Amino acid sequence: MSHSLMTPAAVSTTGTPALEIRGLGKTFPIGGLFSRDSVRALHGIDLSIAKGEIVALVGESGSGKSTLARCVARLEKPSSGEILIDGVDVLKRDRFQASRAFRSKLQMVFQDPFGSLNPAHRMDHFLRRSLAIHGRSGGTERETQRRLEELMTTVGLQADMLNSYPHELSGGQRQRVAIARALAVEPQVILADEPTSMLDVSVRIGVLNLMRKLRDEQGISMLYITHDLASARYLADRTAVMFAGELVEEGESLDLLANPAHPYTQLLVSAVPDPARAGSYDPVRRAELRQAVMASTHCAFHGDPNQACSSEEPVRHQVGDPENRHWVRCHLYRPWAAAGSHALVSEPTQTSHPASNAHEEASA
Amino acid sequence: MTISQVSFGSHQPVLEVKNLTVQYVGDTRSTTAVDHVSFSIGTGEVFGLAGESGCGKSTIANSIMRLLKDPAKIAGGSISFGGKDVLAMTPEELRRFRWQDVAMVFQSAMNSLNPVLTIGEQIVDIFTTHAGYSRKESMRRAGELLELVRIEPSRLKSYPHQLSGGMRQRAVIAMAVALKPSLLILDEPTTALDVVVQQEIMAQIKELQRELGFSVLFITHDMSLMVELSHRMAVMYGGRMVETAKAQDVYASPRHPYTQALMGAFPPLTGPRVPLTGLPDGVKFRNIPDLAEVAPGHFVAPFDADTSVVNSVNLEGAAR
Repeated sequence: MSHSLMTPAAVSTTGTPALEIRGLGKTFPIGGLFSRDSVRALHGIDLSIAKGEIVALVGESGSGKSTLARCVARLEKPSSGEILIDGVDVLKRDRFQASRAFRSKLQMVFQDPFGSLNPAHRMDHFLRRSLAIHGRSGGTERETQRRLEELMTTVGLQADMLNSYPHELSGGQRQRVAIARALAVEPQVILADEPTSMLDVSVRIGVLNLMRKLRDEQGISMLYITHDLASARYLADRTAVMFAGELVEEGESLDLLANPAHPYTQLLVSAVPDPARAGSYDPVRRAELRQAVMASTHCAFHGDPNQACSSEEPVRHQVGDPENRHWVRCHLYRPWAAAGSHALVSEPTQTSHPASNAHEEASA
Repeated sequence: MTISQVSFGSHQPVLEVKNLTVQYVGDTRSTTAVDHVSFSIGTGEVFGLAGESGCGKSTIANSIMRLLKDPAKIAGGSISFGGKDVLAMTPEELRRFRWQDVAMVFQSAMNSLNPVLTIGEQIVDIFTTHAGYSRKESMRRAGELLELVRIEPSRLKSYPHQLSGGMRQRAVIAMAVALKPSLLILDEPTTALDVVVQQEIMAQIKELQRELGFSVLFITHDMSLMVELSHRMAVMYGGRMVETAKAQDVYASPRHPYTQALMGAFPPLTGPRVPLTGLPDGVKFRNIPDLAEVAPGHFVAPFDADTSVVNSVNLEGAAR
């Protein structure tokens, strides 16, 4: 388990991704019955997760992380775009609602383990139902029992807990049962929406380690949704940053958090409490950054007269070494600001904008 | 040097807790939630109390506010605030003590606002009840108060559901400091909020603290947040204090194995990616002895093979 922590995990970057999202969009109608107004929750999301890869999706509350997860899990109907599992567009295949075949490929683990398990049933019930619905119970009662015990062992619980009710378990134990329930289906992808944010500190790492173990041992791909950047860095191979319903930056987790290129990513990184670099961020600058980022819902610097920022859709820029698969979508990003990086735009270097300052700051 | 003499700022402690013991008394058995805990908070000092759920942090906060209800009983010890014995206060004294002397921001405080009253009405309530101002004067002060935490005074007319989580939390903090208390108790003030909002709230609290000069008892399980905000901190385990020192000292050289484990439960944002174990499986500390000074101002409960009993309880078992 520990070896994969040090090196980027052996993920197959070639071949069909386990999950691919193309141009996903979602709008919600707002206002009264006759109102035609709508709010854009997701716009043009492209994200792919290779087999056996963990991708973290980070962003603030309201940035659209959970909407994305709900659309991918088909709890919400996306307005546009494609969701491909094993190269098959599931939105086309099952037009109206998710099929059982889809559910057996993709499972979800929710934030609140207190709310996601029915208090009236024993643990045994949750796992048995998962097995039965997806035809994984193996036919005989003995085989089912063996599967149940195996699942409990996999998630690090004792088999005798199968007879307990949710209220008898701690938050961490409940979240482990929720993970076991997802595992019972033998899925290819698990969407985990803030699986540790309701847990006590002492058990968080345990759940993260469990998720990593499942990836290492069973090759399950995961989309880990969180606002905790440190845990994203700890668990995920790649991290994608979401802002106002769009992906603005993506890259290998270590590289992305060490050299954030987008102003919003810089803001997120600067907000994480870390005594090791206490005082390294100037609160005034942070407040300015926040102001700039929050002033617009579309692009952080759109409409700012001092910043040369176009109203066109920003293009993706490669950041640093292509090996890090790190890209950013921001008009303000100038590749020359970082030494030795690849130039994708042919504009003169301008050093006085925030996106380039960040590089000096991050490397300092 | 005793613990109470080591404090930041003035040596005159605002709050002094000595040998506090709180029990939850049941029909068949009783649990000691807080066991002979002593600490003091100086004027203008931020004192942090860290530990996982169930270690007694919130019980201490509730004892200071005298909010404990049956079956919880203060079984021993003393709490004195500015020289007054808190445990001996009459209901009338308590009414004045709360909010005016000590104010508290509860966990998920943003849900503690009354949903059917506007923010303004709720703040005005504080002034009319506790300070006896007129409604008009109260309204003016309520506006000032919101400005203090950078919320538009026009928001006085808003209902809680019309504000975002961060704004509600800031409104609650504004209400807590409305009567300029000398001690503010923050019980996990940012647990339900995301990082950026959390950082804003903490900056706000720091600023208010500098401006108004109150002392803070800051309760959280987030060690990194605590080290950033607190001057001094204490780590609790199972109702006992296991370590107390300046926050920077605890961060730089945690002495007690439990403190080390708690620090290790947070993945760092810089440096190489190393495997973390969180709290090691089944390490339980029992019969934690009293604190002893190991370095100037750094107190640690002595530990050896006898106090840390390693058994086969699994991780969550130990955490409960």
